[in-house]
Amino acid sequence: MTLTPDERARRGLRESATFDRTTIAAIQRAAETGIYDIRGWGAKRALPHFDDLLFLGASMSRYPLEGYRERCGTDVVLGGRNAKYPLHLDIPVTIAGMSFGALGAHAKEALGRAASAVGTSTTTGDGGMTPEERGHSKTLVYQYLPNRYGMNPDDLRRADAIEVVLGQGAKPGGGGMLLGQKVSERVAGMRTLPVGIDQRSSSRHPDWTGPDDLAIKIAELREITDGEKPIYVKVGATRTYYDTRLAVEAGADVVVVDGMQGGTAATQEVFIEHVGIPTLAAIPLAVQALQELGLHRKPDGVQLIVSGGIRNGADVAKCLALGADAVAIGTAALIALGDNDPRYDTEYARLGSAAGFYDQFQAGQDPAGITTQDEELQRNLDPEEGGRRLANFLRVLTMEAQTVARACGKAHVTHLEPEDLVAISIEAAAMAKVPLAGTSWIPGQDGGF
Amino acid sequence: MTTYDLTRTPLREVNQALHAPGLSGEIVIAGPQGAHSVAVGLDAPVKVTIQGHCGYYAAGMNKQAEVTIEGNAGTGVAENMMSGVVHVTGSASQSAGATGRGGLLVIGGDAGARCGISMKGIDIVVGGDTGHMTAFMAQAGRLVVRGDAGDALGDSIYETRIYLRGTARSLGADCVEKEMRPEHLEELEGLLKAAGYPDDDPASYKRFGSARTLYHFHADNSY
Ligand SMILES: Cc1cc2nc3c(=O)[nH]c(=O)nc-3n(C[C@H](O)[C@H](O)[C@H](O)COP(=O)(O)O)c2cc1C
Repeated sequence: MTLTPDERARRGLRESATFDRTTIAAIQRAAETGIYDIRGWGAKRALPHFDDLLFLGASMSRYPLEGYRERCGTDVVLGGRNAKYPLHLDIPVTIAGMSFGALGAHAKEALGRAASAVGTSTTTGDGGMTPEERGHSKTLVYQYLPNRYGMNPDDLRRADAIEVVLGQGAKPGGGGMLLGQKVSERVAGMRTLPVGIDQRSSSRHPDWTGPDDLAIKIAELREITDGEKPIYVKVGATRTYYDTRLAVEAGADVVVVDGMQGGTAATQEVFIEHVGIPTLAAIPLAVQALQELGLHRKPDGVQLIVSGGIRNGADVAKCLALGADAVAIGTAALIALGDNDPRYDTEYARLGSAAGFYDQFQAGQDPAGITTQDEELQRNLDPEEGGRRLANFLRVLTMEAQTVARACGKAHVTHLEPEDLVAISIEAAAMAKVPLAGTSWIPGQDGGF
Repeated sequence: MTTYDLTRTPLREVNQALHAPGLSGEIVIAGPQGAHSVAVGLDAPVKVTIQGHCGYYAAGMNKQAEVTIEGNAGTGVAENMMSGVVHVTGSASQSAGATGRGGLLVIGGDAGARCGISMKGIDIVVGGDTGHMTAFMAQAGRLVVRGDAGDALGDSIYETRIYLRGTARSLGADCVEKEMRPEHLEELEGLLKAAGYPDDDPASYKRFGSARTLYHFHADNSY
């Protein structure tokens, strides 16, 4: 029974802040099942985030660009440091790696169609590369993961860039998971696994550990692909300053940092909510590392891609202002395709959830036909229509970022800088290393406390 | 026959030459001196002989080629091999044949830790002993060890079949000894022959594989 706050007050019922209803339900669930909770989505707790930052638009001391007339560039070049063929993207928003397996083939196709329509890249994931995905993606980044499911040198050579994955923001230090419901014949075949098993995959690469080995691994990947392709290194945000430095020293052309809000298809709840640092805190650490190495925003520098909780053009602009060269989106892309759409309210209710709350990506019963291998459910997602919707969303993100950049007087979105930002909470000011609004105070800097 | 000398020609040039379309014939690579990534990413029906010890990832991701390393090999020899044959006459370091999907890897001497880790269809025959965590999370393919295996053999193994002549210091989680049926004796005989050990008696080997108890997460209810 749900009581309104008024009714609760009248009856004198007081909810515990420590043992709130979500906590009580979690204890009851654990006691009942004897297994940890596994779910999709990302961290649901409140964290210091981009909403805690604001832009200082131009006025007297800075002048803005004309909204619809003056050019504000959005293109980015990724991986020019070592690769023969760096990536040229028209917009600074990319599609993050989401596996075929976690997502159905329709969803992967829709992601590829959208990315190609707006001139950006999409990324494979845990389960290898599908022909549909390669076919529909003009620019495709191939993930090189600890489990190496489906990994083969032909796909490596077919890719436009290679992303060595060390971790994900939702689970830094954790391996992949794919529950039996989604290990269909095709998924199992691609991964060389028995059909229907609960797949738990490795959290460490099988043939290297540590930064010295990574340098040798990156060199091998370059040898195999004749130095043609940019090599990214993706890390979940934790010790981001050191990880960035070490990745770059090992030869990365691009570093991808995924904050703890980052989405996942299936991870233990305890991992999602309690491991890693917020995206906001991670960006300045990565930027500092690149700056100290003299490689931040330099023609032959190393680019930084940031992900984890990016929802709108303001978030994109804030990432860029803090020093990212591009961003990647996962959850928002799925929502644009139709995830959590109220038109599936009845189906969500049947699954014990509701539009706006659905996070059971591991279960393979997604009514929107995205995080499932079920042929029937996948019919609910038309790849062309999904692709059109996501392309629209990507255009909006870009236009919004441009709107903000022009207001700050920038002729290119990547000209945004920390100086354009203030924070509205002390935590955000300390993490993002920008002043608290109305003050010149950056907690923790210049001997500040 | 083409010969390259890695003490004179940079590795990049040698590997680039080995990636030439339509490559055929025999190739000798002299003077590897422990270099990493020698002869990686081959995809041609060629014979390559490397005259000396190699560093990490020798013959990595091999397809079709028959590569012989006259010496020892470092970490990840023949990693993710797709097809062909890689033969190490000496011993191999960690993660030999890691994630390999096809072909045959023969190691004349011993192999270090994690030999055959996450193997996905490759066949590996080790002349001597293997280190700890041999065939960790091994998914498919066959692994033959003519000597002993270290701790935690076959930990979290899936469908790889392990044939061991000596003893394992311990078995890993979910790895159990299984019955040697006639089809296994036959399979093993073929592997030993292909690897150059036709005189081994297959009946002197034991078979190990997955108990399959880790294939599903166990909850105390039906969900
Ligand atoms: C359904 C789903 C599947 C994912 N699969 C992978 C994967 O296979 N490999 C990987 O590195 N990250 C994976 N991720 C994480 C994304 O690449 C990305 O880091 C994250 O979604 C970014 O955060 P956001 O969802 O808040 O945009 C997945 C995320 C989701 C939502």
